[in-house]
Amino acid sequence: MDLIGATAAWLSNSAHWQGSNGIPARLLEHLALSGVSLLLAALVALPLGLWIGHSGRFSWLVVTAANAWRALPSFAVIGLLVPFTTVVDPNLGFTLYPTLVAMIVLAGPPILVNAYQGIADVDDDLVEAARAMGMKERQILLGVEIPIALPVLATGIRSAAVQVIATATLGAEFGFGGLGRFIVLGDANQDNGELFGGVVLVAALALTTLALFLVLERRLVSAGLARRAAG
Amino acid sequence: MNGEPLVRWDWLFAHLGPIADRVGQHLYLAAIAVSVGFAISFALAALSIRRRKLYPFVTVLATAAYTIPSFAMFAALVAITGLSVFTAEIPLILYTIVLFVPNIVAGFDSVPWDVLDAADGMGYTSGQRWWRVELPLAVPLVVAGLRLASVSTIGLVTVSAILGDSFGGLGYYILDGYHRHFTTEILVGGLLSIGLAVIADLGFVLLQRLLTPWAARRAVGG
Repeated sequence: MDLIGATAAWLSNSAHWQGSNGIPARLLEHLALSGVSLLLAALVALPLGLWIGHSGRFSWLVVTAANAWRALPSFAVIGLLVPFTTVVDPNLGFTLYPTLVAMIVLAGPPILVNAYQGIADVDDDLVEAARAMGMKERQILLGVEIPIALPVLATGIRSAAVQVIATATLGAEFGFGGLGRFIVLGDANQDNGELFGGVVLVAALALTTLALFLVLERRLVSAGLARRAAG
Repeated sequence: MNGEPLVRWDWLFAHLGPIADRVGQHLYLAAIAVSVGFAISFALAALSIRRRKLYPFVTVLATAAYTIPSFAMFAALVAITGLSVFTAEIPLILYTIVLFVPNIVAGFDSVPWDVLDAADGMGYTSGQRWWRVELPLAVPLVVAGLRLASVSTIGLVTVSAILGDSFGGLGYYILDGYHRHFTTEILVGGLLSIGLAVIADLGFVLLQRLLTPWAARRAVGG
């Protein structure tokens, strides 16, 4: 059995690059789900983490979230959501919502923990100096703390993004499409070309996401900080 | 679903035996992966500590392996190893290595140089020094790695349910319940697998306290 040949043949077959079950459509589905869940998670976790880091209040919440999160297997979370999301909507609740909500749950804690840690680790002297210069709390957060904490914040978002992209594959077992669909179908039809084609696509997407975020981080981090980190 | 009660207790009580079997299978699959993974990782970490140049190579490989979803790795292995216990164990073991190696290396790195010098000065042979000084001081981070790997493996065992009915531990009930639209089964599989992960997590916190009473105040959570 020639796995590499079968995979290359499946991937290069133009029929697999068209239509609603084609690679571009499934890729778009995968990216849309991952993007939306990452965005929703960041909308909640980022402000919350920044505020907790700045004020120092409720830091136990961050520790609790981080610990609870590790003990939550995504496979179980997706499954457990089904009985509840189907009450909201019998169709989407059985196909889209369980994976979407589980990915938000997956993405939230890494963003929250790093936002908190990044801000909490900013040198107290710098914050005091900014306060003494008459900066308001909001200005201190936006002008001093966030730029300094940016590398840590970005690491949290990157880690959440890569995990969501990789884990969203599971959605294919629970009625959601995405790139995992090819793995499920290849497995069911004993078509190794399709199965490995799916595996290659998912792995490539996860690694590309990782690389993109790393490049973006280099651009975003202030030159002074980058120089200090290097030196 | 379908206007049924959320939990069918009669089903639950009629299936206590099979449920216990699935819990056993779950723990069995996880225990093999964690112990084999630990042995391999210890060797890899020992090698990385001796030959520092190898370490970046190991971490890059580990990061790359971790971006490949477990789901994809399980499915891909079916085509290579067929449906055997290896199909479930190989990915599980690989993921434990990713978590173990950095923790073990960091554990031994955390032993201060002056402590090692003091041990040498007291006339310890390198074997004695390793056993009596380096290992005990590395324990907090090594156990933190064990804790991380056990919890993550217990979670990943559920995914092996995609390999078929003879795998998956409690994950079997999650998938079967989904396919049959049977809420009770999903709840049993999902809640029990989360429960196992939580128990393992707390168990290792306890083990860490017992093994390193001196570090109880500044234990590393991992």
